[in-house]
Amino acid sequence: MLSGILAFIALASFFGLVLGLAAVVFKVESSPVVDKIDALLPQTQCGQCSFAGCHPYAEAIAAGEAPINLCPPGGDNLIQSLANLLDVEVLPMDADEDTNQGPMVAVIIEDTCIGCTLCIQACPVDAILGAAKQMHTVIESECTGCELCLAPCPVDCIEMIPVQQTVKNWRWPAPQYNANNQTAETIFTTLEHVLAENAKP
Amino acid sequence: MGEYFLLLISTILVNNFVLVKFLGLCPFMGSSRKLEVATGMALATTFVLTLSSASSYLVNHYILLPLEIEYLRTIAFILVIAAVVNFTEMVVHKTSPMLYQVLGMFLPLITTNCAVLGVALLNVQTGYGFFESILFGFGAAIGFSLVMVLFASIRERLAAADVPEIFQGAPIGLITAGLMSIAFLGFAGLDKGLN
Repeated sequence: MLSGILAFIALASFFGLVLGLAAVVFKVESSPVVDKIDALLPQTQCGQCSFAGCHPYAEAIAAGEAPINLCPPGGDNLIQSLANLLDVEVLPMDADEDTNQGPMVAVIIEDTCIGCTLCIQACPVDAILGAAKQMHTVIESECTGCELCLAPCPVDCIEMIPVQQTVKNWRWPAPQYNANNQTAETIFTTLEHVLAENAKP
Repeated sequence: MGEYFLLLISTILVNNFVLVKFLGLCPFMGSSRKLEVATGMALATTFVLTLSSASSYLVNHYILLPLEIEYLRTIAFILVIAAVVNFTEMVVHKTSPMLYQVLGMFLPLITTNCAVLGVALLNVQTGYGFFESILFGFGAAIGFSLVMVLFASIRERLAAADVPEIFQGAPIGLITAGLMSIAFLGFAGLDKGLN
């Protein structure tokens, strides 16, 4: 028992000493940018970014070879802080296609439409115009992007496309909360602000 | 000599660490998406496994056995392997940037990998001598490298294959790994046949 404790103390201090000395003797200057990026990464070494670990990913970001949105464990907070650090645009997380695409709108490919009216019956907001054996079309401003018209179409002539951003439909981006860095008070005031904003007609 | 050859063959093919003993699965699944990454990981693992089986044999033989503290074996091995690998990483980083580029980033990842610890513990359990321990570690690493390169090559092809949507990504990878494991079970008994 005692010999075990003593042996481990001796072993650990020996290795500690050797590693400490080695860190001084074999010190290699590394790029401060890479170190700063590496400090932000979660250090899970999971390899989900397709790099071997967090440090290689940090190097690739610093070299401009990799985007900042490849780290699922870091999440949106990481993208935000990387964007702040590197002064680049915030990118959405590089995830599966259908999770994060923003608002969509349906479009009828008019060449293939056979005028069956099935999509008109399916549309909950009456955003599709047309009559039997006549070509149909979608009123873009009415379409909510619910995708209910996709299934009934027998010729698959309806496609979902992202809404083009114009001066008319541009809005301030939704506030992004970083719960770790915010006090309850600031969250509350932001919430109040958002509620007041939504209450306006 | 023939004995050592047999030991090598049996650790590489018959008792393959990844596909038969299911050790070291995290780097096997994690860094096998690109062939270059997989090769780097394989080389680093070869390095670490050989080094760790040598150092763990020395620690077991000259510290744990004389003091009769074998029950602390696992933690002692973790300590020793981590320290030795870290030290080597620093030396390599300073002295040979080329080698560091190939191995360096993988070394800290696999210091306490289950395969690394598994080899050290199996060495003690089977009662291998110093040279046999090193050979066993090296053979395990070659087996790991072989499987790593094979699997990475398959996955590179899978990336271009027409995989049904629900199987894309990790599921088809796991299925492939399972099939490879079944294939490697075909080597079972090969070492007895050679004997």
